[in-house]
Amino acid sequence: MRRSYLMPLMALLASACATASGDAGKSVPEPAAAAPATAGTPATARTDVRRVSYDRDPYPSTYKPLPPDNVLIRNATIYDGLGGEIRNGAILIQDGKVQAVGPQATINAPAGVRVIDAAGKFVTPGIIDIHSHLGVYPSPGLSAHQDGNEISGPVTADVWAEHAIWPSDPGFTRAMAGGVTTLQILPGSANLFGGRGVIVKNVPARTAQGMKFPGAPYTLKMACGENPKRVYGYGGGQSPGGAPYSRMGNIAGYRNAWQRATEYKRRWDKYNADFDAWEETMSLSSTSEEPSEPGDPPSAPDRDLELDTLMGVLNGEILVQHHCYRADEMAQVIDLAKEFGYRVSAFHHAVEAYKIADMLAANGVCGALWADWWGFKAEAYDGIRENIPLVHKAPGGCAIVHSDDANGIQRLNQEAAKALADGLKAGVSISRAEAWTWLSRNPAKALGILDRTGTLEPGKAADVVIWGGDPFSVYTRADIVFVDGAIAWNRNEPSRRPVVDFELGQPGEGDAK
Amino acid sequence: MIRSLLLAAGIAATAPVALSQTVAITGGRIVTNTDQGVLETGTVIIRDGRIQAVGAVAPPQGATVIDARGKWVTPGLFAAFSHLGLSEINSEDPTNDVSASGSDFQVSLRAADSFNPDNTAIAVTRIEGFTRAAIAGFPGKGLLGGFGAIIDTSGRLGSVTAKDVFMIAQLGETGAGAAGGSRAAAWQWLTAAIDDARAYPRGFEDDAEGELLSRREALALKPVVEGRIPLMIEVHGANDILRTLALRQYEPRLKLILLGATEGWRVAQEIADARVPVIVNPLTNLPGQFDMLASTLENAGRLEKAGVTVAIADPAQATHNTRLIQQLAGNAVANGMSWEGAFRAITSVPAALYGQRDLGVLRQGAIGDVVIWDGDPLELMSSPDAVYISGAPTDMVSRQTKLRDRYISLDEPRPQAYER
Repeated sequence: MRRSYLMPLMALLASACATASGDAGKSVPEPAAAAPATAGTPATARTDVRRVSYDRDPYPSTYKPLPPDNVLIRNATIYDGLGGEIRNGAILIQDGKVQAVGPQATINAPAGVRVIDAAGKFVTPGIIDIHSHLGVYPSPGLSAHQDGNEISGPVTADVWAEHAIWPSDPGFTRAMAGGVTTLQILPGSANLFGGRGVIVKNVPARTAQGMKFPGAPYTLKMACGENPKRVYGYGGGQSPGGAPYSRMGNIAGYRNAWQRATEYKRRWDKYNADFDAWEETMSLSSTSEEPSEPGDPPSAPDRDLELDTLMGVLNGEILVQHHCYRADEMAQVIDLAKEFGYRVSAFHHAVEAYKIADMLAANGVCGALWADWWGFKAEAYDGIRENIPLVHKAPGGCAIVHSDDANGIQRLNQEAAKALADGLKAGVSISRAEAWTWLSRNPAKALGILDRTGTLEPGKAADVVIWGGDPFSVYTRADIVFVDGAIAWNRNEPSRRPVVDFELGQPGEGDAK
Repeated sequence: MIRSLLLAAGIAATAPVALSQTVAITGGRIVTNTDQGVLETGTVIIRDGRIQAVGAVAPPQGATVIDARGKWVTPGLFAAFSHLGLSEINSEDPTNDVSASGSDFQVSLRAADSFNPDNTAIAVTRIEGFTRAAIAGFPGKGLLGGFGAIIDTSGRLGSVTAKDVFMIAQLGETGAGAAGGSRAAAWQWLTAAIDDARAYPRGFEDDAEGELLSRREALALKPVVEGRIPLMIEVHGANDILRTLALRQYEPRLKLILLGATEGWRVAQEIADARVPVIVNPLTNLPGQFDMLASTLENAGRLEKAGVTVAIADPAQATHNTRLIQQLAGNAVANGMSWEGAFRAITSVPAALYGQRDLGVLRQGAIGDVVIWDGDPLELMSSPDAVYISGAPTDMVSRQTKLRDRYISLDEPRPQAYER
């Protein structure tokens, strides 16, 4: 066993955390609830009493787009990310947004907008990698930087990937050169509940907050199968090391946690309902001619950071990203989600998704997949090269190309090309423009950010890549990468090729990477 | 009569050679990897397992004629480095023979003795155009990991082309760790091993053992120190590469191959002058370790320009995805290497590294490993239509294609297990 085999295993996890109706650290006054709509200030108002709630965004995004590059790109072949292709197309990027996209005859350059002639080139939405560990398992692979798996227990829904992101990971700039404009950074897959993932814009920043995708939902990483068993059941040099030791233990571990979350949510829901009623009573007592004693306000439940995250899932605010390889296990997880009343947004890796492509589509679950990884462990043994196209082929199917790898993230277009070719050879009819949905629209959908990015439509963020040629060719590289309408990367302009702190003063600094 | 029939049957059962069968592949674009270069159109004739003719020749009478108009015809791909046939499921130790950390033997281990022709990754690799592969383990402890072999991808029992054609070793960060914690320790370790091999057998008389190696291990290293087979050393950093080249001052007979050479471009001229070939992964461009800080996608192209002999492989994807070597070569071209150089880096160059000069080329007398492609073999969307090994057509089926065919349609009346 070499290190290289272990890395993907160690790296696989992710997720969870939550924002339940209550989040983090400080208890803050509820602004809206302070003044009931019914009447003026209650005569006997107990203004010292506030509803207990918690800030859901205590580590807020400080991301600011780079200074805008207002451009009209002309003469390009455009894949719009919706499955459409425009030959001799143009796209107008202004003030960070896609302003117009279509046949170039229909779009003119407003004053002050630079024109880029993209003859022979292709334009696509920026690639969104739904499964990355950049920053939490950065390069170099120092022991001090192994921050992606909180292997202190199988249920760590209270940890957040963003708290471990090292912005100086050179992998971010390499991914940028590969046309990646947005990525989800996940905890690894050692745990049943690995913690919260975070969605970031791929821009250089001093802090994780400086990369956070404004307004994106939180996500929860969960993991099936071999990894939690191996880390906990067989961990610490002991066998059994602890729960889970088996796939039965995995499901039991999930169910125990979801049951606790269900009861936690019930306590908070009851508290909020009781508080509403108490306020109502108080408001009535203050306006009634015969004031009555409103009594003491209800007591808030004790806060639990782990259950905050799980409650966020149950409330539909946090999206579940579930690492799961085998078809039979995915079917169990789909039932698990139904049992506790939540949705799985995407199964990640899902090497056997093709065996249940119909079931995934029927349940609205995306498959975030590799083109051709297989065999490195038993649950990856049945991988086939047509997994992505077969998930795509199912009516309503949602296929996503993902990396889980600092190298693979640089060439997700190539992974899509391989999957497309294999699908076509197997008789699945897919256009190249449709295949691009695997790289931007579908991951945006599974991350809850499709209203802001993922396709080239007026009003959306100008996350755009100009490719030197056909992006499904091995010989093509990204020329220019826009994030929110600003050139974040330009292959031909060294001043627009960021170099992270780590690489300063080292051999190869600033080289073509 | 009966005896000779049986003999022939015996050969057929173990050897991939299709005796007295003639195949003429006509009209294809032929990449010869010889002075003939690329023929825009021509015919390749394979007879008795060997290439009989390449060029503007007519198919002989009785030949099976394959129309390859619009196709590419090339030598079979040759994986310069792999663990093919050594691991069925990497994480399951009983199925994984890549390394043997619990063994007292390391130098004397032979990959050919572990090779499993039933490994499902072999057909998976073959149907992507690979006909041969160098296979080797990695050191389980110490710096030396035993002998590499050459196999074909027919999956037949006995499909080892050549045993014991090189020895694998590791220096740099990995070697330093294996030697006890420093590069200086690694240097002492390796030179002590060389000394023991040089001293064998005289130094081992009267039950004496070597300074580092046991009798059997010293014997195994003998052909390496005598320059009869190359020593392939995995090494990445520029400074480590120079130290590795300096091993030849210690033992001038050594023949070296550098595996990795991630910062090779920084010392490209020194590598070229030393006439040491390299096996690179052109996609290594992250500082995964401190001896890879200057990694770049342009490494392969820069080495080629300096005149270094370059082969392409990825030791980290060497069991199940050896097939991705094709994609590595395409990316080398995207980042500055010539197409011809990149294609040879996955065919004729590795064949020559291991003395297999009848492989990796299409010329009269070469072994009939031939692939017919539906397009540029370095392109992502191209794939083989047919793969011949020693002149015999192979089936384009793997366990993966069987799974695909079983599940391509899900709405069937009976469970998939009834479908084969």
